[in-house]
Amino acid sequence: MTEPLLVATDLVKSFGPTKALDGASMSVRAGEVVAVMGPSGSGKSTLLHCLAGIIQPDEGTVTYAGNELSAMPDGPRSALRRTDFGFVFQFGQLVPELSCLENVALPLRLGGLGRRAAEARAREWLDRLEVADVAGKRPGEASGGQGQRVAVARALVMGPKAVFADEPTGALDSLNGEHVMRLLTSAARDSGAAVILVTHEARVAAYSDREVIVRDGHARQVAFA
Amino acid sequence: MSIGHTLLGLLERGPRHGYDLKREYDEHFGQDRPLHYGQVYATLSRLLKNGLIEETGVEQGGGPDRKRYAVTAEGVTDVQTWLSTPEKPELYMQSTLYTKVIIALMSERDAEDVLDTQRHAHLRAMRELTARKLDGDLADQLICDHALFHLEADLRWLELTAARLTDLRKRVTH
Repeated sequence: MTEPLLVATDLVKSFGPTKALDGASMSVRAGEVVAVMGPSGSGKSTLLHCLAGIIQPDEGTVTYAGNELSAMPDGPRSALRRTDFGFVFQFGQLVPELSCLENVALPLRLGGLGRRAAEARAREWLDRLEVADVAGKRPGEASGGQGQRVAVARALVMGPKAVFADEPTGALDSLNGEHVMRLLTSAARDSGAAVILVTHEARVAAYSDREVIVRDGHARQVAFA
Repeated sequence: MSIGHTLLGLLERGPRHGYDLKREYDEHFGQDRPLHYGQVYATLSRLLKNGLIEETGVEQGGGPDRKRYAVTAEGVTDVQTWLSTPEKPELYMQSTLYTKVIIALMSERDAEDVLDTQRHAHLRAMRELTARKLDGDLADQLICDHALFHLEADLRWLELTAARLTDLRKRVTH
């Protein structure tokens, strides 16, 4: 069996008096799609944020490709997030002043790629996500479903090893939600990226390979097949 | 699933042999559970007796299975009534699972395990349906979506029950 890409071990995280994680452990293998499920307030988003290195746990460790993410200083951790991770949230992740094309090209531009090359690659991803027609529009001029597909394109444009998606279909109707999930999972599988998907919707979780259940800050994961 | 009404509905498209009816039924509705010939002929015999279908001829040299059947006016009315009457909402596995949860709580076993096991089985079924949907045509998508929404409803019940286990435990053990 290959080494897991991401491993969280005995994570504890409190926000003031509230303990969001209380000994949560889970792992993700390269290229697999894992759904993190659980009731509201169970700690699933906190677990995702710890796995992605967005927040640091109070106790426990997160390792990514053998390196301890939870021990890394802010600078290298941020750089790793830009190069190796992609993010899709429920809403609000696109820059409203930029066109959809410029939004998708943005990570490449920040990585030092020239405008022409970045936008050419961004256009390929918009095409792959079936939203080439909104390339010149600002996110506010696109529909909710189109906006989420632009966000998925932006999350995948750098060729990440892992995509973190927190309720990516939460603001969409069933049909648009299904469309986003179909494109997100197929594009991630094609490019070999793992997807860590936080959702409370079973029909969205059904696009995953397996599920991890978080309850009261503990994670129960189904054993590897 | 009412086989009689389904066969009547197929016969509304024109007279058929029993063999043709079975083939059409299996094609549209029998992917998971094809009809047995015995079921087809027993159902046709009942429909005939009730005046909902009639024989319209027997092919030369044919045995009983070469009879052609047509739907009668009464049969058409019967299909219409069936279509316009809503199905009784079914209670799927809740009663069995409810019993398991209560027994687990009563015997101080882990009721969450019972729910988690069921959730996993449900999600596995939902994954299979989702995969089938992604590979299928529009008809497959609609059939799978119907099953998916029902399984999702079961899962919501599982989640709610999981959230109420503490209260349920108190009620059961006192």
